[in-house]
Amino acid sequence: MAKNVLSRLPEIQLPDGQLPEWEQPVVTEKSEPEPVVRPGSPDLSRRTFVAVSTALGAAMLLPAAPAQVTTDAPPELVSVALKVNGKTHALKLDPRTSLLDTLREHLGLTGTKKTCNQGACGACTVYVDGVRINACLALTVMHDGQSVTTIEGLAQGDALHPMQASFIVHDGFQCGYCTSGQIMSGVSVIKEGHAGSDAEIREWMSGNLCRCGCYVGILAAVKEVRDAGV
Amino acid sequence: MRAFNYSKTRAAGDAVMTVSGQPEAKFIAGGTTLVDLMRINVETPAQVVDINALPLKTIQALPGGGVRIGALARMSEVAEHPLIVQGFPAVSQALLLSASPQLRNKASIGGNLMQRTRCPYFRDTALPCNKREPGSGCSAIGGENRMLAILGTSENCIATNAGDMAVSMSALDAVVRIRGPKGDRTVNLVDFYVVPGSTPNIETVLQHGELILAIDLPAAPHAARSHYLKVRDRASYEFAVTSAAVGLDVQGSTIRSARVALGGVGTKPWRSKEAEAALVGRPATEATFVAAAQIALSGAKPRSQNAFKIPLAQRTLVKALRTLAGGGS
Ligand SMILES: Cc1cc2nc3c(=O)[nH]c(=O)nc-3n(C[C@H](O)[C@H](O)[C@H](O)COP(=O)(O)OP(=O)(O)OC[C@H]3O[C@@H](n4cnc5c(N)ncnc54)[C@H](O)[C@@H]3O)c2cc1C
Ligand code: SF4
Ligand code: FES
Ligand code: FES
Repeated sequence: MAKNVLSRLPEIQLPDGQLPEWEQPVVTEKSEPEPVVRPGSPDLSRRTFVAVSTALGAAMLLPAAPAQVTTDAPPELVSVALKVNGKTHALKLDPRTSLLDTLREHLGLTGTKKTCNQGACGACTVYVDGVRINACLALTVMHDGQSVTTIEGLAQGDALHPMQASFIVHDGFQCGYCTSGQIMSGVSVIKEGHAGSDAEIREWMSGNLCRCGCYVGILAAVKEVRDAGV
Repeated sequence: MRAFNYSKTRAAGDAVMTVSGQPEAKFIAGGTTLVDLMRINVETPAQVVDINALPLKTIQALPGGGVRIGALARMSEVAEHPLIVQGFPAVSQALLLSASPQLRNKASIGGNLMQRTRCPYFRDTALPCNKREPGSGCSAIGGENRMLAILGTSENCIATNAGDMAVSMSALDAVVRIRGPKGDRTVNLVDFYVVPGSTPNIETVLQHGELILAIDLPAAPHAARSHYLKVRDRASYEFAVTSAAVGLDVQGSTIRSARVALGGVGTKPWRSKEAEAALVGRPATEATFVAAAQIALSGAKPRSQNAFKIPLAQRTLVKALRTLAGGGS
């Protein structure tokens, strides 16, 4: 067995202020200064604190970033109006901010997950003007004035959306990391008219990967909601 | 990601002038290629010009049965548009077999033509790559090259053109309509892409600042009877290992006209006029298809890990032709 789960507890302190390896950002993040995180901003949460400290840790550990990255002045912030789950937000953003980071880090809507951050898994699936897209490859500034629906916008108060309820009934998840994306796509597949046969559902759900392999339960959940005609 | 200035344009001429006046500016449409590559510092534009407000979204019938697809039409719309499904089934099929439903909702047709290779070294700024950094060397030739190209390669680059739609459109004689600082021009899609040679960083004839306005698909019997077959490492949401776009006009049992292009094997979408010549005038039989497939791959130059692509591409082409000729699969 490689690493004991217990060894991953955050209490562990390494000498010299080093970060444990699992907290070190992947190399590609070294020049991506988490544009959405502003230390000292009133809504700085524990989550953003972790992001800041990892970014700082990376700065200490890694050699100087390429000149092209460090010599540029930070860009001017842009104003973006975004309607999310029915509520309009006026935001000031670095143009680099993805829709995914806007939702998670600015608006505290952490139901939408960041997994690959490169369009390859579907965990970040949200609707923009009713159409499902990958929020990780969307720049928020390009969606000024548009309406976004996230997993938090599916339920009606405490009443789960039928797709959420069916995922629970059919064990459509294990770790749950892909689940909000799966549920968003499940609802879309039916709405788009691509939920005819099992094969058709599988194909039109194929933009959502599940590392836990819960595809059987996911398929059953989508079929149940389709058959209920909701 | 490098910091950039963002602007949105409402007129194609303005977009062209803005980008052509700034060497480090880039257009952005769906962003599914550009944002991905900016995040890993492979693309580092100083200015990003959003073209989504331009009136280039329509899919319209042309006199004579052809179709004009605006550069900003989304992959998902084009895939299911009746004019495409009926007149150009290979294009519809190629799109439906591309990426994922979410990506197809976001990605545009113009951006699709301009997508970059998926060669792993191109995406890794820590390693040499002539396409990303001219003169630095090619890590793939002596490295992991299973997915890379066997046709149109050079000693400087063997990267596969990863697109599916462009393969189907190259087979069906698509024409790209372009606006540049000096005016408008059209280029046949087969001439739009260039092989790497000694300049793998240059992938198309599009000059900096030139904007794709639309793609025209001319009507033809072999376009209405066309087919796209894609072979992948998994059933969906994956790039092609090999693919074939074919069109046939068969009268009696004789092939009157044929179109053949291959994907997954070329440094550009690989139209094979040699294979087409081997089909025309011959009976639509297995023997004819096999002979054409051999000719299509005759110039192939495999590397350490991808010789398997030669027989696989041949079989992919034969199966696509057989499906179209009505022999089932
Ligand atoms: C996980 C994943 C899987 C994928 N799988 C497949 C697949 O199986 N098959 C496949 O074919 N593709 C696949 N793709 C690629 C996808 O199809 C492209 O990313 C998409 O089509 C690009 O379109 P876009 O509008 O998002 O382009 P953008 O990212 O906006 O632009 C891409 C490039 O084109 C330029 N550009 C955009 N529009 C124009 C224009 N009108 N004129 C001139 N230049 C322009 C931009 O400047 C940029 O350089 C996949 C992508 C991802 C992320
Ligand atoms: S094949 Fe081309 S893209 Fe890949 S490493 Fe070599 S030069 Fe770069
Ligand atoms: S996090 Fe967006 S597709 Fe994986
Ligand atoms: S439930 Fe774990 S990845 Fe899908």
